[in-house]
Amino acid sequence: MDTESTYSGYSYYSGRSRGSHRHGERSRDRDRHKSRNKDSRSEKSVTINTPPAEPLLGDSSVRGEQVQDDNWGETTTAVTGTSEHSLSQEDIVRITKDLEDSVGLDCRRYFTLTLAVILGLLVFLTPLAFLVLPYILWPEKLQTCGTACEGLFISVAFKLLILLLAVWALFFRSPRAGLPRVFVFRALLAVLVLLFVMSYWLFYGVRILDTQDENYQGIVQYAVSLVDALLFIHYLAIVLLELRQLQPCFSVSVMRSTDGEKRHYNLGQLSIQRAALAILEHYYCDFPVHNPALLSASKSRAAKHLAGLKVYNVDGPGNNAAAGMAHSQSRAMIAAAARRRDTSHNELYYEEAEHERRVRKRKARLVVAVEEAFTHIKRMQEEDQKKTPGDVMDPREAAQAIFPSMARALQKYLRTTKQQHCHSMESIQQHLAFCITNNMTPKAFLESYLSAGPTLQYSRNHWLARQWTLISEASVTSGLSDGSIFQLKCVDFSLVVTTKKIPYIQMSEEYIDPKSHKFVLRLQSETSV
Amino acid sequence: MDLTYLFPVEQQRIEIKKLRQGENLILGFSIGGGIDQDPGQNPFSDDKADKGIYVTRITPGGPADAANLRMGDKIMQVNGYDMTMMTHDQARKRLTQKKEDVVRLLVTRKSLEEAVKTSMGGCYPRQ
Repeated sequence: MDTESTYSGYSYYSGRSRGSHRHGERSRDRDRHKSRNKDSRSEKSVTINTPPAEPLLGDSSVRGEQVQDDNWGETTTAVTGTSEHSLSQEDIVRITKDLEDSVGLDCRRYFTLTLAVILGLLVFLTPLAFLVLPYILWPEKLQTCGTACEGLFISVAFKLLILLLAVWALFFRSPRAGLPRVFVFRALLAVLVLLFVMSYWLFYGVRILDTQDENYQGIVQYAVSLVDALLFIHYLAIVLLELRQLQPCFSVSVMRSTDGEKRHYNLGQLSIQRAALAILEHYYCDFPVHNPALLSASKSRAAKHLAGLKVYNVDGPGNNAAAGMAHSQSRAMIAAAARRRDTSHNELYYEEAEHERRVRKRKARLVVAVEEAFTHIKRMQEEDQKKTPGDVMDPREAAQAIFPSMARALQKYLRTTKQQHCHSMESIQQHLAFCITNNMTPKAFLESYLSAGPTLQYSRNHWLARQWTLISEASVTSGLSDGSIFQLKCVDFSLVVTTKKIPYIQMSEEYIDPKSHKFVLRLQSETSV
Repeated sequence: MDLTYLFPVEQQRIEIKKLRQGENLILGFSIGGGIDQDPGQNPFSDDKADKGIYVTRITPGGPADAANLRMGDKIMQVNGYDMTMMTHDQARKRLTQKKEDVVRLLVTRKSLEEAVKTSMGGCYPRQ
């Protein structure tokens, strides 16, 4: 059977969904189809595979081999055309899921925002209501407010002002992230404040409103005590939300799954979701940008390893022990690969040396081109203004003037180091104008292209800030503990985080008297007798 | 600590007649070591904590040479006086007493032939 003809008609289990595995959903992955066609044309041999005993879960673990599906005649979808613009059913589902998610998050945010506003209004208006209600309801029975009482008015006013400023400072900040679960401490504090204010209202309603108490000073003191207690609750909020996690308690190591970049951070006692947020904020500053183009070499090497061996199943499909067959097949492949004399390490070595040489050569050309380009412009001095008023340029025009002379060398260098998709021409010209404005040397201009910088340095479509998923076995609102492991998954890579507790350090003291530093000469005499 | 049990050692009794040179009576060798000296610098001792008195040089043709004293010998006794716990200067004085014409030394010497014999045959050196 010709391998090419089996591709044209059937659909197979696709492994390329964005994290979601759908059993039994047939969809077409165009790129993979094209590359596999190319592969099949280059190979001369015929491959026959047994069908899997169970449906494969998403990513098929057997790469380089195709899965033959015997049911394709009945269940082929209509999306078999070769049009580039066809959308598979999975794409549509994915788009609607994205829409739902974004709308859902916004709803949640507005909900919490309105709750917070209601609570804040309640908290601020309650003392004022306590003070004003007696005057409205029973003004004639009230005792006149003496000096001490009026002094308390000033106290209430200023304490309310301080509370207002403190709440503004602590809570009125634009949210920096949307976390999967509710922030436990904030929820607890909101409940505490609500209970507190409710109990004060209850007491007020029963003991003051019902009995229409005449002692106005007592009422004012009651209102002052409420404001004091609110200030103490605010102190509790500062300690729980801000201070508690400042003392470092855990050392987390964050490793990127694609290239093994590793960093270590010290965190305090946080819940897993807050720790994940802190780690992501560090990620955007510290880790070099994720470059998928750099990983293609190892993937092609891996594909070559597996493509070199073929497994023939002589018994044919329909064998009952299909699962065991797959198991023994892979074992046979591993054994054969181990015995085969492999010279791929040689190729790798020479290829890397060659690549290194090429990069250095291009870099040399680039450095020379940029240095030469920078010599063509200089900052305008006063005397130049009188000489040639027509040629004056602003930084953007100056950048555009000298950019063509270095563009080719820069583009070649970026292609060799596989960075060309990170930098657009517009961004390069902007950076050049920036460097010219700030009197930077050519070396300073080039530095951002010679080494990969942190993710935030690049354009927005590299950030992927809205596509992080927290994967954890423990509940994400539980605290970090020694040995907890969780993952932060982005589109095509993930960060694996392991936690270790910082050990308890026991220090002892040794006192050295400054006068105790004394020295003697080493004697070695020889005397003749 | 006496580590002489680790290596086959010979103990020798050596009698040196002092030679008169002008006003001085000389013995014809040099000593090094002492409890006030740095034992780590001693090239002849096996145990670098040994602060005993060692013979560091023999004048060829002198009285010590004639009496068969060798370089590297450790002087244990001089005329009956123990030399293992002596300062360098005290040792020098004991050897250069003007009243004595003859010094009788008890020295310890590491013997290479004995070492070879012992490793091959297993017989101990005679004391």
